[in-house]
Amino acid sequence: MEAQFIKRFHYCLILLSWVSISFSQVPKDMVTIGAGSYVPLYGTTDKKPVFIKSFLLDVYPVTNQQYLEFLKKNPNYRKSKIKRLFANTTYLSEWSGDLSFGQLNANAPVTNISWFAAKEYCECQGKRLATLDEWEYVAMADEKRKDARSREEFNKYILSWYEKNKTYNNSVGKTFKNYWGVYDMHGLVWEWTFDFNSIFLSGESRKDKDTDKDLFCGSGSVNATDLMNYAAFMRYAFRGSIKANYTTKNLGFRCAKNIAN
Amino acid sequence: MSNFIKKVLVLCVACAASIACKQNGDSTTNYADISVGDEMIAELTAPPFVPKPVGDRPAKKLIVNMEIKEIEGEMADGVKYVYWTFGGSVPGSFIRTRVGDEVQFTLKNHPDNKLPHNIDLHAVTGPGGGAASSLVAPGHEKTFNFKCINPGLYVYHCATAPVGMHIANGMYGLILVEPEGGLPPVDKEYYVMQGDFYTKGKNGEPGMQPFDMTKAVDEHPDYVVFNGKVGALTGDKALTAKVGETVRIYMGNGGPNLVSSFHVIGEIFDRVHIEGGDAINKNVQTTLIPAGGSAIVEFKVDVPGTFILVDHSIFRAFNKGALGMLKVEGAENAKIYSGTTQEGIYHPEGGTIQNMPKSGNGKDVVVNKTLAQQITDGKNIYGRTCFACHQSEGQGIPGAFPPLAKSDFLNADPNRAVNAVLHGLSGEITVNGKKFNSVMTSQNLTDQEISDVLTYVYNSWGNNKTKVTPEMVKTQRAKPAPKSKDMHE
Repeated sequence: MEAQFIKRFHYCLILLSWVSISFSQVPKDMVTIGAGSYVPLYGTTDKKPVFIKSFLLDVYPVTNQQYLEFLKKNPNYRKSKIKRLFANTTYLSEWSGDLSFGQLNANAPVTNISWFAAKEYCECQGKRLATLDEWEYVAMADEKRKDARSREEFNKYILSWYEKNKTYNNSVGKTFKNYWGVYDMHGLVWEWTFDFNSIFLSGESRKDKDTDKDLFCGSGSVNATDLMNYAAFMRYAFRGSIKANYTTKNLGFRCAKNIAN
Repeated sequence: MSNFIKKVLVLCVACAASIACKQNGDSTTNYADISVGDEMIAELTAPPFVPKPVGDRPAKKLIVNMEIKEIEGEMADGVKYVYWTFGGSVPGSFIRTRVGDEVQFTLKNHPDNKLPHNIDLHAVTGPGGGAASSLVAPGHEKTFNFKCINPGLYVYHCATAPVGMHIANGMYGLILVEPEGGLPPVDKEYYVMQGDFYTKGKNGEPGMQPFDMTKAVDEHPDYVVFNGKVGALTGDKALTAKVGETVRIYMGNGGPNLVSSFHVIGEIFDRVHIEGGDAINKNVQTTLIPAGGSAIVEFKVDVPGTFILVDHSIFRAFNKGALGMLKVEGAENAKIYSGTTQEGIYHPEGGTIQNMPKSGNGKDVVVNKTLAQQITDGKNIYGRTCFACHQSEGQGIPGAFPPLAKSDFLNADPNRAVNAVLHGLSGEITVNGKKFNSVMTSQNLTDQEISDVLTYVYNSWGNNKTKVTPEMVKTQRAKPAPKSKDMHE
């Protein structure tokens, strides 16, 4: 047990050292997201913009193949080993074994993954999960614009995914490349964010008239900044329905990284 | 003696108090205290059917297991839509309880689903009607409990953000809380719910149609339907009853936007539980059903025939799909309804009403009328005679009125078409692979008019360009009306 832990730690160290050697460059499969500010749908009661510092983000969500490589080095996160505290029973439920993703597409995003596992994966790469505000900031870009949220066609595109079944087994990189050079923010799977539950939704989404609980909300009402942004409403509602050890078929993740000074 | 007076007085006061209590409405005060017996798994049914009545069973702990499924379905012929459902149907499974029941409600979100959901049952007294306790991620389930303390017919629906979209995609249904001892027994009970739908393409545009948020916000539905789709209650899916039976319809309106003016053509509701509550109105023609509301309507069917259920905001019925059928079989009752007893020609300038001559007189026949002229005149006749049912482009109304456009039934036999106009047509026919079972009445047109209108129809919308002459009509008119069997083959 202890030996395993040390071993895993060791692998993380190797990765970290590799990352630190190349800190001045943008790592392969990541792009730089420029600094900026925007008004998120929720989270700013005064409806003032939040400022996003420049950071790095994975171009694609983490795939089954990549996650398999991680599991080879981190036995504690294999489906037969993982602690229930860190992932519920549907963790990697479509994998046929500890080190086999079965019939799933190697190049499809890994799903049925818990927040704990996603966070661990990123940390082992010397990365971290993106914050909710960072994720939403990147997600508001279409092919040409940093902020396409008011574009009706863009919203329709996102909404149409919510109505398509079984996209989780599609390969990464098949949707559009956005302004920042990032793929699959929409149209493939939901993604974990570091503070996914910082906007607390009760599930009673019409409760948001209650200003004492300014984050206790999730629907078209007083505290939301854009009543027409149905696509974003659904992301916030989804995040409100999950807990850190939950795993679902349409929920994957990607990693972010601070830019070293 | 004085003791006796005292007793009487006490009794009177007690009487008065109990009456006062009754008048205050005993619905909420007592039912919370009803204790429950053993557990029972609730029977859930898909529309148009309802679970069996509670009868005189005692209050129980009722276990309800509701599964949420996001499924692809058909909005109309060739029009696909992804429905979000409670129990796999739109409206969702019917839940039947009685006052005093303690419901243990488990909401299960199928792992294949993409979205979180929850449920707000209007029958629940508590925050969000259950919504606050039931937000459930895909692949998970949640349980909460509530006690039915108000009898009535209640809507339930999903209340997850964006609420309107979840409802617009079909996430609503009905939960009935019967009074103690149950509702009075009837012969037939059905479950119908109206809903408005907003699609990217306009009404009838084929293929997969995504939800259109802008139209929903503007409240401009492309479809207004009963039980989730056009034709859910027509043809062989029509509701049925026999003459003499009493029919009860649990009628709800999921919205999300429109209010329904619910009406059954050719029937009068004997009793209506207004808005699904205790108040009963009698002899009602059309009852208003709010979005997120309901009504229980009851009527005895006295005569046979097809009775059409509509939202009497009538363009919704004939152009957007809010049309269903109740087929009643049994013996005619001429005292209540005679059918047509006489046909005549009305002369506004005076004179007596005359019978329509059985064979067309030749007077109106125009000799050597050109095809173009026939088509022009025929189009006018079509516009005032045929248009209402067969529609502007001959497309008909799925499940109700057969199409005339590219119609195999029409093109197969012009004489049969002539006879349909002359004598009417009823009973089951198959047109372009779809079955229809409606009634077309005989049309009071002259030989020339019939030949013109049919020529117009045959020369429009991809039909085989048959030219129908007045002589052809005259020949058919001279013959006895064909038997219905011959018309259908």
